[in-house]
Amino acid sequence: MALQQASMPAGSASVRNGGGIEGSARVAEKLQFITFTLDAEEYGVDIMMVREIKGWASTTRIPNAPPHVRGVINLRGVIIPIFDLKARFGIGLTDPTKVNVVIIVHTGARTVGLLVDTVSDIISVEPGAIRPVPEMGTQSEDNFIDGLVALDDRMVTLVSLSGLFRDKAEPSLYADNRLSQ
Amino acid sequence: MSDDQNDAGASLARFEKTYFEECAELLDAAYGNLAELAEEKACDETMHAIFRAVHSIKGGAGAFGFNRLVAFAHELETLLDTLREGSLAVTPDVVALLLRAADALADLIDEARSAKELVPDFEAGLMQALRDMIRGDGVPGGKPGLKIRAGAAVRDTSEGAVQLYRINFMPKLELFQRANEPLLVIRGLRRLGAVRIETEFSRLPNLAAMEVEDCYLGWRLVLSTAASQAAVEEVFDFVVDDCDLSIELVGVATPVAAVSIDVVSTDPTPAASVALAPESARGETALPPQSIRVDVDKVDRVVNLVGELVINQAMLRELGINLPPDFCPGLINGLETLSQNLRELQESVMAIRAQPVKSVFSRMPRLVRELAVRLGKEVRLVVSGESTEIDKTVIEQLADPLTHLLRNAVDHGIESSDEREALGKPRLGTIHLRAGHRSGRIVIEISDDGRGIDREKVLAKARERGLVAQDASLRDDEIDNLIFLPGFSTAAIVSSVSGRGVGMDVVKRNIHALGGRIAVESNFGAGSRFLLSLPLTLAVLDGMVVAVGRETYIIPLTNIMESLRPTAANIHAVVGRGDVLTLRGVYVPLFYLHRHFMVADAVADACRGTVVIVEGEGEGQVGLVVDELLGQQQVVVKSLETNYDAVDGIGGATILGNGMVALILDVERLRGDAGPRAPKVPQPAGPSHTTSHLRSLN
Repeated sequence: MALQQASMPAGSASVRNGGGIEGSARVAEKLQFITFTLDAEEYGVDIMMVREIKGWASTTRIPNAPPHVRGVINLRGVIIPIFDLKARFGIGLTDPTKVNVVIIVHTGARTVGLLVDTVSDIISVEPGAIRPVPEMGTQSEDNFIDGLVALDDRMVTLVSLSGLFRDKAEPSLYADNRLSQ
Repeated sequence: MSDDQNDAGASLARFEKTYFEECAELLDAAYGNLAELAEEKACDETMHAIFRAVHSIKGGAGAFGFNRLVAFAHELETLLDTLREGSLAVTPDVVALLLRAADALADLIDEARSAKELVPDFEAGLMQALRDMIRGDGVPGGKPGLKIRAGAAVRDTSEGAVQLYRINFMPKLELFQRANEPLLVIRGLRRLGAVRIETEFSRLPNLAAMEVEDCYLGWRLVLSTAASQAAVEEVFDFVVDDCDLSIELVGVATPVAAVSIDVVSTDPTPAASVALAPESARGETALPPQSIRVDVDKVDRVVNLVGELVINQAMLRELGINLPPDFCPGLINGLETLSQNLRELQESVMAIRAQPVKSVFSRMPRLVRELAVRLGKEVRLVVSGESTEIDKTVIEQLADPLTHLLRNAVDHGIESSDEREALGKPRLGTIHLRAGHRSGRIVIEISDDGRGIDREKVLAKARERGLVAQDASLRDDEIDNLIFLPGFSTAAIVSSVSGRGVGMDVVKRNIHALGGRIAVESNFGAGSRFLLSLPLTLAVLDGMVVAVGRETYIIPLTNIMESLRPTAANIHAVVGRGDVLTLRGVYVPLFYLHRHFMVADAVADACRGTVVIVEGEGEGQVGLVVDELLGQQQVVVKSLETNYDAVDGIGGATILGNGMVALILDVERLRGDAGPRAPKVPQPAGPSHTTSHLRSLN
């Protein structure tokens, strides 16, 4: 079930540099996303960022870490932190069982694991089909949504990995992501 | 800028980098050779080697346009050439000048690398001195010099006159029995000049009569060389008794360059058919290169991968042991072999990273020399054990502590020459810098024959600063070790010489950061001795595996002083500060790991768990309260920061045999926010004010 990516093509990197999918110059090429679920909602991450997908296994807790940091695992000799995406989004804490899935992603210089409920699909999207998040009237400082995609009757929220963990609680974590890409 | 220019610029920068790396190596070699020269242990090759090093530096500098470096190197080279020709004797004055010139050369290289400007006439005086020396002005009249052992380097007065020698070389059986090798002899000849070789078959018997182990072949050689007959004969020094040898001068060769080499033989013996590659005119040895230049990153990658293999192997082993014995016969044996091979592989890989301490030791003589001149003292640094190998990462971080210690030894340790004379010591002070292996660790010793530590002053100062209770009586070694306490300025106490007063606590902290320990022994009036004991590598450490609740942590063994299970009577609460443990009359603050790390289900009562007494740098001891000790283990240190962040109190992580990650405690950083620090209340009086730095060394 591993989806190993040999390298990250320049096209994908420039998408990230643009700060969002909309900024991409490569209109003609379809973008691919891996979609997963947290509770009932469906989310997507850029497939070029995904290194592999593995089942949940117990982690080693990091002392005094924020609740969305589930600890670290050994991925073929590399120590990788696992983040509970649900907790990070503020929609509850995942109680992981064997059916939960960890998506290993590579962003910037770091490799991290995202704990999600299930992985559901790989979707191809025309860049033009990605819609911006509508004004919701709420002021959110979080910047982890790149856009929304409508698929038939489903809605997929595209997650911006580089914007994801920028948090006042842990300013040093991922702070320099965009620069390093 | 076009791409081409970009490329050219990039490759030039790369070449430059390589050049400066080479310069550093060449300088190191030159310093080593100069040291031999100074100790009168030199042979011909020494001077040649120095010359070659300077010549290579000059050549590269010319290519990159470092004109100032070229000019200086040229002057130095000229002097060296005069010396190796033998027309100028190697006196101590010459050696001193060469050392100064080498220092200046290092500075000029540094200038070229960093583009930082030295003063315009930085080298002018020295260049003049070199020129004077070449002209012979620098040699005090009639002072007999140490002449380099006569040999190949002493040229015939008729410079360039190439002579032809005919040599018959018939090895006897004894030559081989004494483990001599004709090939080496022939190579030795080739160092003198071009050689023509023919094989002599005349002694070859019938096949039936041939003894397998006997030698029937010999060589007829024609050597064209500028060297003297004595030099040619010297080549055969080791074999002359075990062969039939004749050397005759047959005439003067026409000075036509490029004598062709033809091996006129189809003889199957390896010695005769060996390919003799044409040599460069400067007469470097034709041996293949003995080392290759490898990027450190590549080596690190291999080191990491081997680390993975070790962990994998541990996992397989655990699985294998749990299988029923007859499930797969041979599996256990296979795993056992695997583990042995892996251990060997790991050692070999670590050996690649290991470097002789020479790379850091070689900088020290200059430091001592310059400091001694500045302070007007006479100091000699004797370095030994430079070939002791230690991991690269450790070496890099050794330079600072060693510099501190040597500086202190010259500044505060060694007395002025007059003072020494009055004390009946030789005017010349001696500092020894030694390295060696001792039970899996490297031990570096810095000893001087200076004034030593004045214990009365040290103790008085420590009492004045409140570092020691007024009525405490300390053993001598305990007093000596007080100098490592923070806030203890050595300058004002150990000696009256005003100076930097380099804090020994900084040195101790640096050494501790490397997982090492430092100790001092001193004899007032006779000198001091600092002992540094360091791990061979930073990539692997010995750790104690401890359990706290369901979590597993590793405590570096170097930090652990002892472990014990206290009784309730030994534990007292200090209001607002936490608990302390009475240990042989000392109050040790307790640090409950489970509280600090928020671990559930841990043993909350220290009397039912285990207290591990740890000591980081400086402030004394702390008792870590854990559930139990699980055992001692070597662990491969992994970084948490690569993919996460630095965590308070955690120095890194490792992977246990079951594949799980375990965190390694950083004892120093644990205590940073431990709350209860070493209590400033007066320590209970008693003889056991523990300073146990020496314990781990013994």
